[in-house]
Amino acid sequence: MKLFEYMGKELFARYGIPVPEGGVAATAAEAAEIAGKIGSVVVKSQILSGKRGKAGGIGFTEDPQEAAELASRMLGSELRGFTVDKVLVEQKLKIDREFYLALTVDGAARKPVILASAFGGMDIEDVPEEHMVRMHLDVTIGLQPFVAREVVRRLGVTGDVARQISAILSGLYKMFVELDAELVEINPLVISGDKVIAADAKVTIDDDALFRHKDLPVVEERTEAEKKAHELGLSYVELDGDIAVMANGAGITMATLDLIQYYGGKPANFLDAGGGAGVEPTAKALELLLSKNPKAILINIFGGITRCDDVANAFAYVKQNIGIPVPVVIRLVGTNEDKGREILRENGIEAYKFMHEAAAKAVEIATGGRN
Amino acid sequence: MAIYINEHTNVLIQGITGNQGTFHARQMVKYGTRIVAGVSPGKGGKDVDGIPVYDTVAAAAEEHRLDASILFIPAPFAKDAAFEAIAAGIKVLVMLPEHIPVHDAMAIMAYAKSNGTVVVGPNTFGLVSSGKCKIGIMPNQFFIPGDIGVVSRSGTLCYEIVGNLTAAGYGTSTVVGLGGDRVVGLNFIEVLAEMEKDAGTKAIVMVGEIGGSAEEEAAAFIKGHIKKPVIAYLAGKSAPPGKRMGHAGAIIERGKGTFEGKVQALNAAGVPVAELPFQVPELVAAALKK
Repeated sequence: MKLFEYMGKELFARYGIPVPEGGVAATAAEAAEIAGKIGSVVVKSQILSGKRGKAGGIGFTEDPQEAAELASRMLGSELRGFTVDKVLVEQKLKIDREFYLALTVDGAARKPVILASAFGGMDIEDVPEEHMVRMHLDVTIGLQPFVAREVVRRLGVTGDVARQISAILSGLYKMFVELDAELVEINPLVISGDKVIAADAKVTIDDDALFRHKDLPVVEERTEAEKKAHELGLSYVELDGDIAVMANGAGITMATLDLIQYYGGKPANFLDAGGGAGVEPTAKALELLLSKNPKAILINIFGGITRCDDVANAFAYVKQNIGIPVPVVIRLVGTNEDKGREILRENGIEAYKFMHEAAAKAVEIATGGRN
Repeated sequence: MAIYINEHTNVLIQGITGNQGTFHARQMVKYGTRIVAGVSPGKGGKDVDGIPVYDTVAAAAEEHRLDASILFIPAPFAKDAAFEAIAAGIKVLVMLPEHIPVHDAMAIMAYAKSNGTVVVGPNTFGLVSSGKCKIGIMPNQFFIPGDIGVVSRSGTLCYEIVGNLTAAGYGTSTVVGLGGDRVVGLNFIEVLAEMEKDAGTKAIVMVGEIGGSAEEEAAAFIKGHIKKPVIAYLAGKSAPPGKRMGHAGAIIERGKGTFEGKVQALNAAGVPVAELPFQVPELVAAALKK
């Protein structure tokens, strides 16, 4: 779960990481009020995406009236595919230097990793590897002071600035662990006179750990259909094609999408019904696919824990009770395959043995045989 | 020959009295796995089809030699169960559960490493030395003995590939499911190294997918260390960047982990890459002919 910048900064403050003075506003009037208290401000659109500056989502002013105008222009607008609901109004910093500081999970090393650079700012992705400090952490000892000393040494900073960056790094690690974060990122970490301040906050919490963080705000990034799928325990991503897809397992679902593309079709979605989905969840998944009005539906099941007869029964249930107005192509092998095929046959469907045959058929239907 | 597990491996099931635990205990026994004990806190003294159940792993270890354990434990409690198995000296730990918090996974890997325990998963179907020992949830009928080693990041897709191999007349030596999570125990490199040493394996099939850098790292390793033929299959060619396709790792972020990048790295290491599952047996046949 990604958090908005203003939420990230509230958490930073709680962990002793200095952030600019400011507040969040949902209306132009609120923005003007905050700006009036601060003076020279930056108004920042709150969306779950970076590169806002380049997209016009950030503005500077010293006049509260102008802050209101900036806010009203941003609020409700579309920015990088997101609607802006809130703006963050905060003190404009005098920037002497911009650093980059982050903690994330390095899957290959199976460890947390510190990423730091003395070349922070807008184009951090283009910073050459030699200017990026990488240090892996051993979770059994956590972030010890010697690690922080080494990070600041490699960043080439000394004295009080080094001391402040070390303190920020410890706060960041504590937050990373305590909140089950996948990513905590400060870019830029600004040196302003003799102060070090987090000018931005990017925080992603591990979805799998949300059960033990009930106190965190809930940020919904999914579409309505994706939300519904999540409630059903399905993994669902909307795509922009016209062949609806359901399979059991993330890998095989991806492989199914690849096959559709290979034969010249376009998938409407990624839907992993998971392992062992029974009749009811499978029927619900099918209903979800129907709600998107696809030209064809492709169901690809390799039953291990998932039972083929459950899938066939779910299909029969939806067909008889709700109706399926679009052509359905099914590939069905594995546990209880014969039973499943028989049920489908009774419902007028001959299941395929191989997934590439089924994918080719679905594409033929959706494209009207043009491919 | 086989790697990690064989016909002598004594297996413990943690969470044996739950629905999944009991069902798969029976499936594994049917396959020929030596299930010697189960653990379910509060159920000590009972049995499942004659398999004795203990309250703790330590209690089971007092009565049995335990070589491996498999976890049928809900994600929020998996860390504790994994620590318990490692603390009891179990050397192969198979972690089926999905949705284990990534910080828990990192803690488990660190503890396992310091105790010399091999962890398979989490979010895996397990591993099987075909015809000898199955520790996992894969359908029994597709895993027939042969000399192709298979290592996969994804479950059902691995069945698909093994199913294609079986249909083409190729059995398997050992099949390892690495798991679909961002932080997992065994990786491609470690399994490839074992398969290279295994006299029962003639060729290796790697089943990968977009996201992360595991395939690229494997490619670099294959170049210098693997003499046996390796064939790869990769899923996710059509996936759009920035969309996470189910697995925690299966996402193209910041232009990294792309299909094209992985194919390039593997080809450079002499590994042919199948884009579609049914192409795998043809590539295996071609590689074995050389």
